[in-house]
Amino acid sequence: MTPPAVRLTAISKRFGAVQANDAVDLTVAAGAIHGIIGENGAGKSTLVSILSGHYTADSGEIALFGKPVKLATSADAIALGIGMVHQHFMLVPNFTVLENLMLGLAKAPFLAESRADVRERLARIEEDYGLSVDPDMVVERLPVGLQQRVEIIKALIGGGRILILDEPTGVLTPDETDRLFESLKVLKSKGVTILLITHKLREIMAITDTVSVMRRGRMVAHTATADTDRASLAELMVGRSVELVTNTRSRAAGEVALAVRDLSAEDETGKGRLHAISFDLRAGEIVGVAGVAGNGQSELLAVLAGLTPPSGGSFAFAGRTVSAAAPADPHLMRRLGLAHVPEDRRREGLVMAFQMLENAVLGYLRFARGARRWLLEKRRMRERCDGLMRRFDVRPPDPRLRAAGFSGGNQQKLVLAREHGAAPTVLLVGQPTRGVDIGAIEFIHRELLALRDKGCAILLVSVELDEILALSDRVMAMNAGRIVGILDAADADRQSVGLMMAGVDRAANSDRAAMGRAGMGHAGMGHAAGDER
Amino acid sequence: MSAAPLPRWADVVVIPAINLVLAFLVAGAVVAIIGENPWRAFLVMIEGAFVYPGSLGYTLYYATNFIFTGLAVAVAYHARLFNIGGEGQAAIGGLGIALVCLALDPYLPGVLVIPIAIAAAALFGAGWAFLPGFLQATRGSHVVITTIMFNFIAAGVLVSLLTGPLIRPGQSTPQTRNIAEGATLPKVHEILRAMGFDAASSPLNLSLLFALVAAVGVWVLVWRTPFGYRLRTLGESEPAARYAGVAVPRTIVIAMMISGALAGMMAINDVLGAQEKLVLNFTAGYGFTGIAVALMGRGHPVGIVMASLLFGALYQGGAELSFEFRTIDREMVLVIQGLIILFSGALAYMFEAPLSRLLSRRGRRAVHA
Repeated sequence: MTPPAVRLTAISKRFGAVQANDAVDLTVAAGAIHGIIGENGAGKSTLVSILSGHYTADSGEIALFGKPVKLATSADAIALGIGMVHQHFMLVPNFTVLENLMLGLAKAPFLAESRADVRERLARIEEDYGLSVDPDMVVERLPVGLQQRVEIIKALIGGGRILILDEPTGVLTPDETDRLFESLKVLKSKGVTILLITHKLREIMAITDTVSVMRRGRMVAHTATADTDRASLAELMVGRSVELVTNTRSRAAGEVALAVRDLSAEDETGKGRLHAISFDLRAGEIVGVAGVAGNGQSELLAVLAGLTPPSGGSFAFAGRTVSAAAPADPHLMRRLGLAHVPEDRRREGLVMAFQMLENAVLGYLRFARGARRWLLEKRRMRERCDGLMRRFDVRPPDPRLRAAGFSGGNQQKLVLAREHGAAPTVLLVGQPTRGVDIGAIEFIHRELLALRDKGCAILLVSVELDEILALSDRVMAMNAGRIVGILDAADADRQSVGLMMAGVDRAANSDRAAMGRAGMGHAGMGHAAGDER
Repeated sequence: MSAAPLPRWADVVVIPAINLVLAFLVAGAVVAIIGENPWRAFLVMIEGAFVYPGSLGYTLYYATNFIFTGLAVAVAYHARLFNIGGEGQAAIGGLGIALVCLALDPYLPGVLVIPIAIAAAALFGAGWAFLPGFLQATRGSHVVITTIMFNFIAAGVLVSLLTGPLIRPGQSTPQTRNIAEGATLPKVHEILRAMGFDAASSPLNLSLLFALVAAVGVWVLVWRTPFGYRLRTLGESEPAARYAGVAVPRTIVIAMMISGALAGMMAINDVLGAQEKLVLNFTAGYGFTGIAVALMGRGHPVGIVMASLLFGALYQGGAELSFEFRTIDREMVLVIQGLIILFSGALAYMFEAPLSRLLSRRGRRAVHA
């Protein structure tokens, strides 16, 4: 029997007080696709960083193809055939594909020689693995899926035999994900060993041969993928049984709370980011905005929250119409009853260096003012924070701790609690569960649904399609700053929404989509659909 | 994963203490190299700063300057604005005092002129900081660059005015005439003597009280008012500030103006208190030293007052050193002061990571025990 491609024995790594990896064992057979699954902070990234030479383990042994090795630097790992594809691409955006691939490979004193050499290697990669890409394209002009392919080629071109992919599908459309998986299968058939790091159970089931589950720095299970299922993997990840939240709707959507008409927006450079967006958001419904990151969802949230002025069109909310001529600001929008859970809670939603009691009034200083309006009262802030923490089960429940000292899930709970506490009529939610553990995800989903049931209108932006499908009453797909279509939850599945995310308006000739694009009349549709459930 | 943040007591007390000890050790080494006894030099400095007659007054007089300029730097720094222009703002603040006093002291009683003059110092300083703040807020011109340039402009303005229209008639020294008797701030030794105490004369005057009031005011402003909250939010994270609805450009301009007002008020110590007239170059680098004071004081008024005392003692005791030792001249004193600024300012955070590791290790052991 051939020795395993990777064998890790009792790998441990500690960062300060955190034991990131605790005596982790891992065996990956040569030529297999092996999945490593676990929640955020379970230690997956640390483990692969050790395998790719980025960190050095405190203790433990690494053997590749049966031979013990020492990986002190990334260069050691690359020399031994380990290629890493990072979640965030490590490419020079304004270099061509060829120039990017030459980084680290150009050994000859003059570039012309290396260029020819790399071009030749690239041709061989295409022949061997069927990974084709135009070598003279500038990387930033390539679609994300192809940029990722360049990363994979970069990992293989130096002779990589073991490919590590860290959360590779986060930035891909479902369609691009499928294509990636096909490429991975080809690579596997050519004998490349693949480690897939992910938190998405679906991907594990779809493509891996074997899977390892990590929890709190430990390996809790190794199994053949065929012998397990999603529910038991989820249970292993969390350490207890997980109830997935289901969207059961108690009543139909109500009045239009937010009416968006032909809304457009530009970035600082004057480039159009939103193009004539029109839709209605009604009281008591969740409209999910599906789309690959960077297709205008963030800009939509920013405009509706009053952070960026629209460049064209308008939206009406609480009796006020906001347009380029009459812009709003976040302060005004909050006063009118719009709350906003921002996509990036670490930069926007919280001030990491502030105590939680200060964060509990971020944007809502009115809750901190005392009888003397020009002073903030610490006591009021602490009491408010206390209440929010209790209501949303934020742990540890100590308002005096700085935000940075809380886990992602607890940080997010506080942000949601704060926005919830303002009793909004419209809630904008961006990536509510990014970097949040499963327990907190459940909690946050339940709270969002409860808020919806109380009549709040919620616009939910998420790159997690499963989340959109689980929570939304209607699903709106965006591509390149446009709404491709709006589907009722009953008609929305991964395939239909995935196609729309890729910009294909599958239902272009159906009346419903036409009405959805016009933004009018559509709301009646949502209403009717709501009644059916 | 980065090291855990330090507890506040460690940040405010232990780190500055370590930096200070280290600075003194290196300075002592320098003194030893030129052949003097470092310990004796240290004692001379202490005596020169606190013990000799009048020395304490001088130390506190210098400290008053540093409290104002240190607070000025700190207020701006809480919004992550680096106001290097304390020097120019103080100079223009002094100009404001001089204009008010020269114009009004023949006509109004001192009790009226003094508050107007103090307000003028703050207003002129704020005005001098307004344009850099405005350019930063609306054009993104970096305040570090613009405030430095404004220092030069301020110096030029003072030279041209003090050699021209404002010069005291009939003399060639670039300074104004003296401010009328009752329109200046009383000196502390005068008050003490009036009360029957024996006090050596020093330039220390009532400005010290204003400086301490300003320190309390800055604390309230930064930590207890909505504006201070917005200021700190902006300083920690501009995206969070925008998200929270903070009007970013306005906050930048106001922060710079408050900073400028504090720097401008430094002038009352010298123009209205010590010299009783506007003298060219009265700012003497205090505006720049304020940066080190603010850094060493960790932006907190209590820390700034303590750091100001330290720097006041260094200025005064350092001057004494050059009298006492033939080999230690004025430049040598500057070297020692420079070392302290280097360790407590530029290298202020050198020991943060090791200390944090040490504390967390101890904490863990305590948990295990």
